[in-house]
Amino acid sequence: MELQLKGITKQFPGVLANDDVTLTARSGKVLALIGENGAGKSTLMNVLSGLYHPDAGEIIIDGQVQKFDDPGDAIKAGIGMVHQHFMLVPVFSVWENVVLGIEPTRAGGVLSRKEARREVKEISERFGLAVDPDVLVEDIPVGIQQRVEIIKVLLRGAKILVFDEPTAVLTPQEVEEFFGIVAELKGRGATIIFITHKLKEALAIADDITVLRGGKVVGHADPATATPEDLAAMMVGRDIELVVEKSEAEPGAGVLELADVTMLDDYGRALLKDISFSVRAGEIVGVAGIQGNGQTELVEAITGLLPISRGRITFEGKDITRYSPRDRHTAGIAHVPEDRNHMGMIGSFSVAENLVLDSYYAQPFSRGIRLQGDVIRDSAEALVEQFDVRPPIISNTGGALSGGNAQKMIVAREFSRDVPLVVCAQPTRGIDVGSIEYIHEQIVKKRDEGKAILIVSTELDEIFALSDRILVMYDGRIVAELKASEATPTEVGLYMAGRAA
Amino acid sequence: MSQTFEKPPAESYELTASRTRELSKSQIRRAQISGVVMLLLAAFVVVFLIPNAEGDATFGLSTARDAVQLSDLVVPVTASLWVLAMVLGFLGATQFVRGFQRRSTLILGLSFGVFVIAFIIWATADQQFNLTSMLVATVSRCTPIALGALSGILCERSGVVNIGIEGMLLGGAFSGVVIGSLFGGWIGLVAATLTGGILALLLAVLAVNFRVDQIIIGVVINILVLGLTSFLSSQVLIKNPDLNNAPIFPAIKIPVLGDIPIIGPVFFNQTIIVYGMFILVGTVTYLLFRTRWGLRTRSVGENPRAADSLGVSVAKVRYLAVIYGGMVGGFAGAWFTLGTVGRFDEGMTGGRGFIGLAAMIFGAWNPVGALGAAMVFGFSESLSEKLSLLDIPIPTEFLAMIPYLVTIVVVAGLVGRARPPAADGQPYTKE
Amino acid sequence: MSLTSPDGKTTIEPDDSGWATFFRRLTTATDWKTGLVIPALAVLTALIIGAIIIMLTGSSLQETLQAYWALLEGSVGSLRAISATLTEATPLILTGLSVAIAFRAGLFNIGGEGQLLIGGMTAVLVGFSFTGLPWFIHLPMAVAAGFLGGAVWGFVPGFLKAKTGAHEVIVTIMMNYIAIYLTGYLLKTALFQREGRNDPISKNVEESAQLPKLLGWFDSAMRVHLGLIIALIAVVLVWWLLFRTTTGFEFRAVGANSHAARYAGMSVTKVYILVMVIAGGLAGLAGGGQVLGVLDRASPGFSAGLGFDGISVALLGRSNPFGVVAAALLFGGLTAGGQNMQATANVGIDLVSVIQALIIIFVAAPALIGAIYRVKTDASSTQISQGWSS
Repeated sequence: MELQLKGITKQFPGVLANDDVTLTARSGKVLALIGENGAGKSTLMNVLSGLYHPDAGEIIIDGQVQKFDDPGDAIKAGIGMVHQHFMLVPVFSVWENVVLGIEPTRAGGVLSRKEARREVKEISERFGLAVDPDVLVEDIPVGIQQRVEIIKVLLRGAKILVFDEPTAVLTPQEVEEFFGIVAELKGRGATIIFITHKLKEALAIADDITVLRGGKVVGHADPATATPEDLAAMMVGRDIELVVEKSEAEPGAGVLELADVTMLDDYGRALLKDISFSVRAGEIVGVAGIQGNGQTELVEAITGLLPISRGRITFEGKDITRYSPRDRHTAGIAHVPEDRNHMGMIGSFSVAENLVLDSYYAQPFSRGIRLQGDVIRDSAEALVEQFDVRPPIISNTGGALSGGNAQKMIVAREFSRDVPLVVCAQPTRGIDVGSIEYIHEQIVKKRDEGKAILIVSTELDEIFALSDRILVMYDGRIVAELKASEATPTEVGLYMAGRAA
Repeated sequence: MSQTFEKPPAESYELTASRTRELSKSQIRRAQISGVVMLLLAAFVVVFLIPNAEGDATFGLSTARDAVQLSDLVVPVTASLWVLAMVLGFLGATQFVRGFQRRSTLILGLSFGVFVIAFIIWATADQQFNLTSMLVATVSRCTPIALGALSGILCERSGVVNIGIEGMLLGGAFSGVVIGSLFGGWIGLVAATLTGGILALLLAVLAVNFRVDQIIIGVVINILVLGLTSFLSSQVLIKNPDLNNAPIFPAIKIPVLGDIPIIGPVFFNQTIIVYGMFILVGTVTYLLFRTRWGLRTRSVGENPRAADSLGVSVAKVRYLAVIYGGMVGGFAGAWFTLGTVGRFDEGMTGGRGFIGLAAMIFGAWNPVGALGAAMVFGFSESLSEKLSLLDIPIPTEFLAMIPYLVTIVVVAGLVGRARPPAADGQPYTKE
Repeated sequence: MSLTSPDGKTTIEPDDSGWATFFRRLTTATDWKTGLVIPALAVLTALIIGAIIIMLTGSSLQETLQAYWALLEGSVGSLRAISATLTEATPLILTGLSVAIAFRAGLFNIGGEGQLLIGGMTAVLVGFSFTGLPWFIHLPMAVAAGFLGGAVWGFVPGFLKAKTGAHEVIVTIMMNYIAIYLTGYLLKTALFQREGRNDPISKNVEESAQLPKLLGWFDSAMRVHLGLIIALIAVVLVWWLLFRTTTGFEFRAVGANSHAARYAGMSVTKVYILVMVIAGGLAGLAGGGQVLGVLDRASPGFSAGLGFDGISVALLGRSNPFGVVAAALLFGGLTAGGQNMQATANVGIDLVSVIQALIIIFVAAPALIGAIYRVKTDASSTQISQGWSS
């Protein structure tokens, strides 16, 4: 089936998310839709899946103009969405997830499990998507969960498959498998739309490329001839540096030392297992790994948010294993947390309040229990200026800032402290390229001031752009330690997948 | 600087690598604490109960109307207390030293059971205590609690917190008695059910359409119903006592089964509301876990966005589940008037709706589990009631506190381990 | 620094001063529309529905209007009525503050009733146990005892929430029932029970521990007492604590986002316990005020639903200390007027709690009011809790 979008426009309060978007996806071909965060890709897909109603424009399938009132209509028209955040119920079994909404039933609405299992089996055999229908979704790896999503849309007879950032949570090897599935589907005549911000993947898999920026289509590219640099320039609207300028590191004394750190959960399973490494002054250590392999726990062990079961954490020669988060903060550990909105800031607090979120208790921001309003405000004014937080109005709420500016606010708070160690978890997740560049520069600058820096990122590109040394985490362990200048992404990818090279 | 770590053995790289299991420190500590609790219970029996015990305790096993009359059970108090204390001491010491691991919770529950038995024997020394009639009262008193829990389960499985169960019970009790006085018990029962449904509709509108904080709505429903029923009671019922005099549903004895000793009177000679509770618990369990409706309702309570993306209407599912839940709550309310005394008193539900909530949590949002929890609460209620009839040196007020104390212990001991539906309490926005 | 209003939208610069700011704090909303119009329309709508309920019980329109006239007269119709309104508002300010400060830290304190009972019991105990003390020692002791008693009762749910995750809503409700039975028991013990009585009633509070009537010199029937001043001081103190101190910063941070608060090194455990101790203490203070200023003794049920009314007051006042005062005055007026309505127009005072519940529904769902009156409102519905798992 051929899908055409004509002049799709969608306005949200204050944002024109889609502005006259026109594009075509051909049968048996892969269309890659690229654009940075906030370019309007997700809005477009929600329009396509019937979750949003466009203010203007038409969706045309095989020459027929479609009108979607709800997701059910889009499904009937043959559109299948595989969302970036899987639309799965973790506590349901695979078959329950697959048949939800189109359940095979006997009289009286009683579920027919046998029929449901048969349907799942049939699709999974026909398309080579092996999966056990009876396991709980929360018990299977992400790559398999994605297969469940694909089976879901195929069972609904989808001929047009839309994948939203499908590789974000996959290992390089799972990405390979996923590309195989896409090729299989393509060979059977499916129309595939592949939304991504990873240029190399778009070039590797797509037959056509359409670039979105600021809600508009800004260009098309032929994957046979285009280069990543061309696409990046189109995406951002100017030439950008994909690499961060930085000199060779000059590491000094060890600042942070982990020795045999082990963390068990309530059921006695190991979340971190015998982790030992050190971070020295003046170097950036990058922790690579696929999400959910213990990185979050590692960061929280270092910052004191989660207790460890065994091992020792030493900071500047002091044993801080039993220090509270507050004590570690005071001792000199800055922390840019992984989850900006749920941890890094308080949406309903003002920018000024957010800028003292973890230092309000100390001089000069408070005296005794009295907060020093003037000092807090003056410091906030200076920080939003220095770190280019826009708009620079400190009485606005933190929640009103865009993702990139909120992250800059958090970076401002943590980087303005003159402390020996900065721990940054996913420092640039989900923010615009301009802010990424800015934050990367700040991180390198901090290193050059002689601070020790630990970066945790699931973006391999970011790890390679920043790190002097790379640690790879898999299943709660450090499985490799490599010098950044000598490592290759393939090598790191293999470690990330838990397989030795 | 570029040293590479020695590679761990290959098998640890299996994709489905099972994470090693060890007992965490907190688990060990928890096991030891429960061991200490058991030992303390044993000590309590030895130090406080045994010195004040003498004679025999006589337990009645049949009620006067039973077809098969069992002879009374006579227990020597001091000897049996020693035996029970030793059982407790043995269990406690074993738990403290080795731990029962997986079965720790079960053993702890068992120990409390043993302790309660010891207490009853002590309290009954040289007196009569009818076990069967206490169990009959247990099942009866567990009914509004189990139904209240079921009401909460229906709402919360769809993702709407219902803290207004108390109000639904009270509303059902009121309209049940008024309509029951006018048109008879059955129509009163229907009216009570509908009243619960109407109150739930208010919850659904405010929670689903207006996205008001669900705990606030629940509290407001409670205040509203308490105020309204008290107002109508003082304005209308006082002047028209005929409106506050409904027929009471009689106990219906089921042939054959009702004649079995002990079990018969306890389970098969109860009112229609009690039978209705057992049937509803079974039906709702089946509907929730075996039907299309149940699958959709649970999916909306766990991940409404996923359900929405598959064409399941979140609003419709939540409306239905909440209204069904309210109807169950209203039906439960009828127990207070049509099921027991036939008249309405202000605030007569006495927090049973909230205890139902605790039973829901205790039962891990599962109807059968909640019924079990409600039995525990029903037992503690009927126990405190029966004990107050015995001549023991404990003020009745303290016995009356038992169900509320049990609730606190249960909630403090279990929340965090039972997992609520993931989207419970969160309004759904399409964005 | 700037202050964030409860709906998270407005910020108030602290160097603003004078009545304009005070007024804005009072209304605590983005604009006068959400701050005043919505509550006003909510009250109006609730009164209309209340009138319909009265008529449904068999009263004519004229009788209904007479009842409402009695309500108005009994609340603001005379100096005595105003004194009665202030007397009724006094405990409501304190229980409202109790609920409001817990709301700010993300906890729902439904236990005001029990905390008030226990606070009242401890206050009355100190009030009658000491004789011969000068008032300036005895009275503060009795008042402090009220705070402490409530604080102990608030500590339990705070502690259990912090240490075991037990939901404070259920625990506080259970603590209410336990307090009721405990009070009933205590009032029959030799320690509390008045000599020569068989019914549960406590001894009288010594004169040196009674809260003096503020206007007693002018008209002995005016019962407004020193407790009002204590309540207003508590309002200012709570405001200062919430918005001017590191402790309040922690309360608000934990309430708005407990993950972020933990990240920032705050002890969520400490905040839960401390805020429930303060909340319980404020409700206990309300109980103390009732027994030392109005009743002079304790008897079962002297809490009279004041703890529950505090929830309504806090919601209507949008958890802002000054908003709480305004809401307490409104509800105090309704209660005082309701008594007059019951006495002169024969319409039961329970109607007042129906009206209060309706007001809260409309305030919590401003869009409902917006839809009825076609007022455009950008106020969002109140969200304070995240279900059981929070």
